[in-house]
Amino acid sequence: MADGRAAAEQLDMPAATLEEVAPSAAGVSKSRKPAKQTWAVAIRKDWRLYSLLALPILYFIIFRYLPMAGNVIAFRKFQPGGSIWGEYWVGLTYIQQFINDPTFWNVFKNTIILGALTLIFSFPMPIIFALLLNELRSKKFKRIVQSISYLPHFMSVVIVAGMIFQLTSLQGTFNQLLAPLTGGAINFMQQADWFRPIYVSSDVWQSMGWGAILYLAALTTIDETLYEAARIDGANRLQQTRHITLPGLAPIIMTLLVLNIGSFMAVGFEKILLLYNPLVYPTADVISTYLYRVGILSNNFSYAAAIGLFESIIGLTLVLSANALSKRLVGTSLW
Amino acid sequence: MKDSTAYRLFRVFNVVVLLVIVFVTFYPFLNMVAQSFSSEGNINSGKVNLIPLGFNLETYKVVMADSMFWTNYENTVIYTVVATAISIVLTTFFAYAISKRRLKGRNLFIGIAVFTMFFNGGIIPNYVLITSLGMKNTLWAIVLPNAISVFNLLIMKSFFENMPEELEEAAAIDGLNTYGILLRIVLPLSKAVLATMILFYAVVNWNSWFSAFLYLDKKELFPVTIFLRNLIAGATSEGTSFGGSAENLTQIASNVKAVAMVLSVVPILCIYPFVQKYFVTGVMLGSVKQ
Repeated sequence: MADGRAAAEQLDMPAATLEEVAPSAAGVSKSRKPAKQTWAVAIRKDWRLYSLLALPILYFIIFRYLPMAGNVIAFRKFQPGGSIWGEYWVGLTYIQQFINDPTFWNVFKNTIILGALTLIFSFPMPIIFALLLNELRSKKFKRIVQSISYLPHFMSVVIVAGMIFQLTSLQGTFNQLLAPLTGGAINFMQQADWFRPIYVSSDVWQSMGWGAILYLAALTTIDETLYEAARIDGANRLQQTRHITLPGLAPIIMTLLVLNIGSFMAVGFEKILLLYNPLVYPTADVISTYLYRVGILSNNFSYAAAIGLFESIIGLTLVLSANALSKRLVGTSLW
Repeated sequence: MKDSTAYRLFRVFNVVVLLVIVFVTFYPFLNMVAQSFSSEGNINSGKVNLIPLGFNLETYKVVMADSMFWTNYENTVIYTVVATAISIVLTTFFAYAISKRRLKGRNLFIGIAVFTMFFNGGIIPNYVLITSLGMKNTLWAIVLPNAISVFNLLIMKSFFENMPEELEEAAAIDGLNTYGILLRIVLPLSKAVLATMILFYAVVNWNSWFSAFLYLDKKELFPVTIFLRNLIAGATSEGTSFGGSAENLTQIASNVKAVAMVLSVVPILCIYPFVQKYFVTGVMLGSVKQ
């Protein structure tokens, strides 16, 4: 077949056509290929390489695939201390239970709202930040700004939560700044209305600098001659950004958008768990925090597993569809 | 070519905006440090922002005299070292094997790893599994469940793939087997990527708290993040000795929280200026299209 292709290229003719006219040639080259290696041969020859795989594969089976299979308890009665696969089948009981659970629908709504707000605010900010950095002439200033902007990414979510409590406390900076406007101190972390703005703005703070790295890398790969040509054509800097820079960034933007849509439902569970309290549940409680309370704090493992499975399936569906969409629209795919 | 007036104005504006971004990014750190040196009275009257008021080192002395704080700090160091070591070994083995195109079943093995990026078992089945394996209140519950990060795995794989094959072929002719090639040829040439991986894993482990929160009940096993979490959540019953008897203490002083936060951030802040370029390299390697 390889020979056929090469010949077709020389003849400037599609390979398929050539195979049709000369099926014998393709047949001959196929028979020349070495026989497909069997597993036994491959393992005997390369057993040392396969032995390196043993521990990691064991890891994936135990800590990744067993829990996936463990979701079977969403359909089986589970008793703490009993079998991890549950005791007996209960069918769709737990699925029906959460479909009829008003709290579930509230946390579902909260998850979608927080996911959407994060996508709207946290996704574009690194792009804008990278574009602004790109306009700096001083390399040194650029490097300093960048280095500082990564810093929040390396902080434990516990520290981030601690800082949020500090800034939003009754005596904190936010209240000091707002005091002339509001008259009195606002107890930010006790008010449901404030949870979303605080959550999203802290997310932007954490992710903006780090998120810009890939865009900055992509910016350096854009062909400098394109800008020169545009300048000769009289394009100003804004036009250059619109017609050269942004199209140059489009593939990486698409890829990251797919990844972000895929993790849409995986809102910052740990941060919410650290920040929320019953007073802000109406806006702060999300699927993962709810199932954590139902499952681990109240021991309804099967019910919580049913909710978790539902969430994972939505997550998987989102990645697959976002990827299919990006493949069709811009031809970039994650795999 | 000369810039237009509009563009020159924009550049001034741009510098201002970026300075504001830098300030906002840095502010919470400065505020934390300022509070840690301030007296509680000044914090509670809402005066402390950037500059410590009522400067004192007493709070540092109080926190540093707490033996549980140091026990937990030590636990964090132990967990980080053990977990990072396990992660590096497993990730290197797997990444090296799947970087070889001759490996039969290569796509299957890659698929096994990549699939877990998009679908996972979820908290509950994981919790049930770890509990039934008897790993609760052991080091293993902290260091094993997240041992391989698929993202890091793919970075290493693409690094190994880009190594010149001739080197390994020459080593094979000289009689080295796969283990020898990996240990004596490949790894010595992979110091940069290994450093990046060690940093990635170490930071994640240093910062992690949730596994410990789920699987550890004993105070003396907690990492420092849980110590902090309990301070911040104001859980006085968790038994910290600050400010006398825990029973009549309704709220832990802000300066105590700030000091504990500063002390647990310091190691990261100290190494950060020297290692941040490795993080960036790592992300760049990872972005190489597989």
